[in-house]
Amino acid sequence: MKYALLICDDETISPSQAELAADPVHRAWDADLARRGAEVFGARLRPVADATTIRVRGGETLVSDGPFAETKDLVGGIVILECADVDEAIEIAAGHPWAQRGCVEIRPIWE
Amino acid sequence: MTPSWDEVRAAVEAAYREERGQVVATLIGLFGDWDLAEDCAQEAYAGALATWPRDGIPARPGAWLTTTARNRATDRLRRDRVGRTKLRQLAGPAPSSERTEPDEIPDDRLRLIFTCCHPALPFEARVALTLRTLGGLSTAQIAAAFLTSEPTMAKRLVRAKRKIAEAGIPYRVPPAELLPARLAGVLAVLYLIFNEGFNEAFGEGFNEAFGEGFNEAFGEGFGEPADRQALTAEAIHLARVLVRLMPGEAEPRGLLALMLLHEARRDSRTVAGVLVSLADQDRARWDRRLIAEGVAILDEAVALRRTGPYQMQAAIAACHATAPDTAGTDWRQIAALYAALARVAPSPVVELNHAVAVAMADGIPVGLARVEELAASGRLDGYYLLPATRADLLRRVGRTTEAAAAYREALRLAPTEAERRYLAARLREL
Repeated sequence: MKYALLICDDETISPSQAELAADPVHRAWDADLARRGAEVFGARLRPVADATTIRVRGGETLVSDGPFAETKDLVGGIVILECADVDEAIEIAAGHPWAQRGCVEIRPIWE
Repeated sequence: MTPSWDEVRAAVEAAYREERGQVVATLIGLFGDWDLAEDCAQEAYAGALATWPRDGIPARPGAWLTTTARNRATDRLRRDRVGRTKLRQLAGPAPSSERTEPDEIPDDRLRLIFTCCHPALPFEARVALTLRTLGGLSTAQIAAAFLTSEPTMAKRLVRAKRKIAEAGIPYRVPPAELLPARLAGVLAVLYLIFNEGFNEAFGEGFNEAFGEGFNEAFGEGFGEPADRQALTAEAIHLARVLVRLMPGEAEPRGLLALMLLHEARRDSRTVAGVLVSLADQDRARWDRRLIAEGVAILDEAVALRRTGPYQMQAAIAACHATAPDTAGTDWRQIAALYAALARVAPSPVVELNHAVAVAMADGIPVGLARVEELAASGRLDGYYLLPATRADLLRRVGRTTEAAAAYREALRLAPTEAERRYLAARLREL
């Protein structure tokens, strides 16, 4: 099964890439993914302050700044997994540092 | 000698009750298709009604039904191309073989229970799916029991089954590290099913669904619609199955004991539609056989030396069920059990019950002080049993005016007519 993990938090804590790489929880998460060979693709997203949202309505392209939805939890990263089942995806997601202060949404991918 | 029609009917009904969950569970295990499993199980039961009068009732009806259902499923899959591909892909025991020896048929019900109660499914879907696939209740029955329409319930079941397939919810008993949390989830589903049936004794939901005319036609106090009452029986049945399938676990036994001890007191909880408090219940009407069984099962659970919230609640229920009257109740033991329960499963409702036990064990003023503290915290705002309990304790220490005010507040918050009638009677007695 393929799943997308949407890594979310409220961006109050925003470690740099170097700080993140040094975070023991993040290192353990990386090691776990490598051990399982489960990661298909992963990307950390820059803060929503850098986001641009596009809507096309009546043939007109509307460009707005910021994220697509005004919510407390913002998507800060995406990981595509290939693993056995949702229980394994839950296990992997629970190891991500963001799960401890934000949340990780698991979404099965259309195949 | 061919059996009579009545014998066949009785045998099929018994097999439906005892074996259907297992037939469905085994087929899901073999083919991975929930709808196919349910349809073919249904066809196997229809086949039993058609052939058993002629061929006789098989020695092991469950094995006959599983084999028949499995053969139907294989036939159906062979008929279409996608199915044939699927059949080839299926590992494990070849479903195309002619006959299985009864002993070879695995009991997959535990896998089915854990999958139905998987935390990735919405809670109400877990309840519905458990009743449908394991309990064998029809969609219409489940809809009636939960006071919703049949199409809504059907949609809920379809969505749940779709999510199991599309989100990759595994069909298995969870591994050891997940088991405690997942088992607690299964027990929560069974206990909710029980309580849905049990609390319906007051009949409120039924009136909402069928109109006030019902009470006029059948007399005051008629409360329990058959569909809801069936839920307690189903919950007890499923708890028994779980106890058999997980003999080394203590909490399923604790839950079964708790259900039996509650069920034993069912008929004495209301008289003519008015709630009767535990102190005033006619203990001669309690079912001694159920109480004895509940206590024996609780003893088995405790002997496993793995305590948990259901065993604690069952122990409290056992204290009440085996006491001669309120005065002869071991309130000190009950207070200790509530204190222990508050530690493993903290909740303000448990604290309220603890306060009542303390009042009975150490004197009303001590318990009342705890109730006042709880009221001041605001954590039980809107819960009618808080002012009702306060009123009761105030009445007993002679603070009548305050008691009356508390009874009136409880009356305002009480959710059912039986409870309102009880409170109104207490208020009049002041």
